Order: sequence, then structure tokens, then C-alpha cells
Amino acid sequence: MNEFVETLLDLPWQVGDPKPAYDVVIIGAGGHGLSTAYYLATRHGITNVCVLDSNFIGSGNSGRNTTIIRSNYGIPESVAFYQHSLEMYQQLEAETGCWIMHSQKGQIWLAHSVSTARTEQTRALMNQAMGAKTDYIGPDEIKRLCPQIDLSGGGRYPVHGASYHHEGATARHDRVVWAYAQGALRAGVHVYQHTPVTGLLMDGDRVTGVQTPKGNISAGTVISAVGGNVTTVSNWAGVRLPIRTHALQAFVTNAHAQEFDPIISSNDLVFYVSQTPRGQMLIGAEYDRFASYRQATSFAYLQACSKKSITMFPFLAKLRIMRSWTGICDVSTDFSPIMGETGVPGFMISTGWGTWGFKAIPAGGEQLAQLVATGSAPLIEPFGLDRFAKEAAMADPSSAGTR
Amino acid sequence: MLWVECPNCGSRPFEEYRYGNVFPVTPDTITDADARNVDYAWMQDNIAGVTLERWFHESGCRRWFTAKRDTTSDEFLPLDG
Ligand SMILES: [Zn+2]
Repeated sequence: MNEFVETLLDLPWQVGDPKPAYDVVIIGAGGHGLSTAYYLATRHGITNVCVLDSNFIGSGNSGRNTTIIRSNYGIPESVAFYQHSLEMYQQLEAETGCWIMHSQKGQIWLAHSVSTARTEQTRALMNQAMGAKTDYIGPDEIKRLCPQIDLSGGGRYPVHGASYHHEGATARHDRVVWAYAQGALRAGVHVYQHTPVTGLLMDGDRVTGVQTPKGNISAGTVISAVGGNVTTVSNWAGVRLPIRTHALQAFVTNAHAQEFDPIISSNDLVFYVSQTPRGQMLIGAEYDRFASYRQATSFAYLQACSKKSITMFPFLAKLRIMRSWTGICDVSTDFSPIMGETGVPGFMISTGWGTWGFKAIPAGGEQLAQLVATGSAPLIEPFGLDRFAKEAAMADPSSAGTR
Repeated sequence: MLWVECPNCGSRPFEEYRYGNVFPVTPDTITDADARNVDYAWMQDNIAGVTLERWFHESGCRRWFTAKRDTTSDEFLPLDG
């Protein structure tokens, strides 16, 4: 437990075991599970909801990400969805009363070649068309926004230009999760930590509840908001998923003077760097290319990632790696999330969050709650699992890799 | 550092290899031809445990080979084990 949770929150925990039945049972008390519960209760009056987690709140990928909020994706449907989420994040402190340390920094996506410069120009135009504030900027403007950058890229990666996403931001990850947990609990939602779901209850081809060591719990709707082990859960329901689980590593350095304002990503080098409120430089890159459920950090990764980031930011060479972490990410075969119905009655899903799940916590939860409550959520309709059979995959080249 | 056995080159550092996914296996329970096609193209077994995979020795002999690996530990296991 951290100081924020211990001292600043009012958490009306339930006493005793879960009830034998709820309207909605959500598997996974991470950002997406808790935000779904929060919006079910606060927007739709559905409070007979139980959220279960095998570990503690936010112990999965919600606690193992790099907290970047942005909407500068590569396909229109994604930009619309993530822009909505970005705007919800801007209002989240006012709505929940929790200081989530939301900080608008702007994100700069560097191009080191003529071809990637074109990619970034395309991104800017498409973002603008969909309502996201992104402009293409030249090297002088990049240097003004980030004086630490070596525009020559060590002689090998000269900066041609960049797309600048004005509203790119970060927020403190555990505060986001706990803000939703507090809001959900206060609205009457039940949240049980250390209560693993060990199987699903089925009636014919319909999911009717979950099995736990504290007994069976029946539910009108079961939602999997599981990160990492979603294939295990969906297999219980007989649902095949286009998901492969990969490790995503990131690390922070020791603290540095608070002078690094934007979030910087590189298209050709594939890494990103930002500064945390503690002054640490937070650095990450792509997910490991091979499938893995092992939350391990590799020296090869730390070495490669350090080398790439020092190429663009020579001052990083003087810093030391203090801490690293690894999340196991559910990467979908088209690099877009999967939300909504599964084809199995009573069983919905929020998955495929790959390396882009944190930024989607508000909109993902809001939309899934709307789908449960009203049967319709147009913003996430393109992200249904049925898109693969309809030959309407959402291949997004700018979500692949990282970030 | 993790060392991986290439059938041609012997034991080499893990970073020399490229992952080539598992052999796609569509479950027999899916009988409709179109549904089998969708499953083959998109769906993944995504096994947490021992899998049979293809790997490419990219920075070595540049040949593909089959390997047995535990995705929960990243350990390569003997093929006949
Ligand atoms: Zn070889």
C-alpha cells in the first residue's frame, strides 16, 4: 500500500465474502475492470456489480506501463476512440476528486528519414481530420521544445522533422486505478482482491457466472478485463482469440533536474523517453518479439534501449538505470484492442490492450459499460471480436511496437 | 545471457535468433471452411507453457528450425524430451 491509498482515499470495503449473485461480474481489478464498474454504477445506475482480482488492485499491467496518454494513432476509428479517452483523462480529476497527477506534456514523434517524415506528415493530417491536435514541425521547433536533443542523432539519425501531438500527457498510473476503485466502491460496487477466478459457470453455450475459491458467483454478464492471461479465461468459454502474449520492458534512471518537458518517441529508432514527476527519465521501446508470459527484464533490452536513447539524448549517458519492470501484454494480431461481445451469450471482453491500454482506461470502461447497459456503444463497435470474420480487421501501423 | 542451440551452429546467444510463431493449429471443432480460414489467419493458441515453435537463426546460418520452449520461463527444451 502506498501513502496515497492509505491517507487520501475513502474506501468503503465490503465485509465478508462475495454475494452468490450479481448483475455483472468483472474479472480483473485493473484500470479497465474498475473503470467499467465505475461507469456502470455512476452513469447507468447498475451497482449490483462485483470486481474480482487474483492479486491486489492494479497489480497487473495497470502497474507496469509507462503512463502515456495520446490519441495520435494511424487509423480514423482509433484516433476517435483515443481522443475521447484523452479528453476524459483531462476531466478525470474534476470527476473523481482524485489528484491523478495528470500532466500535459505534448508528444513529439521524430522522423529520421524522408520516408518516416512522410509518415509523420500523414499522421498529422489524419489526426487533424479526426479532431486530434497534431501538427508537423521542423527541427528548429523540435529543438525549442526539447533543448536536450542532438538533432544530428549522433551523425546517424538526423532529425528531419516530427509530428507534434499537443495534448499528449502522462498521469500517475496507480492513482488512476485507485481513483476508479474509490469511485466504484463509493457507488456500491463490490471489489474483492486476492480472489482468483478459477473457471466459468456455463449453462449450455451461455456463461452464467464464475468459480472462485470463495464459492460460485452467478452473473447476468461476465466481463473479462484480464491482462496477460486472457487466453486462459476465454478458453473456458470456448472463445478463440487473436491474441499473443508478449513481454514489454521499461525502466527509469536516477533523478535528473526537472527540465525535460515533452514525451519523445522515435519512429526509426523505436524508443520513447519522458521525465517522471520525481525527475527520473522513463525509457521504453518495443515489446519483446517472441511470445512470453515471463515478467523478466533482459540485459540485452536495457543495453539496446539505452544505446538508442543516448544516440538522441547524450545527457542520458551520465545517468544510471535505477529500476526496470516488465508487463505481459495481450497483443492482438491487428494491433488494435478488442472490446464487446464474444459470440458467447453472457460473456463480454476487453482485451488486446497490447502496449496501449493505459491511455484507453476511461473510454474503454465508459463504452463497455454503455454496451452492457444499453446494448449499443458506437465508438467501440469497430473494435468487436467479430471484425476478423467480417474481414474488417483494424490494422494500425502506428500502434504496433510500443507506446 | 540465454544461449540457444541451433541445429547447424550449436549454442549461440539468444539475441541472434528471430521468433517465427507456433505452428498454426485450427481446432477440429471448427468445421465451417470460412471459419477455419479466419481461425488460421488470425487466431492464436497463445499457450502459457510448453509450445512447439519455429525459430530463425537470423544472425547465424539463416536457417529455420523447430524448437520446444516454455513460454512461462522462456526456457528452450530438448525437442525429444
Ligand atoms: Zn544457425
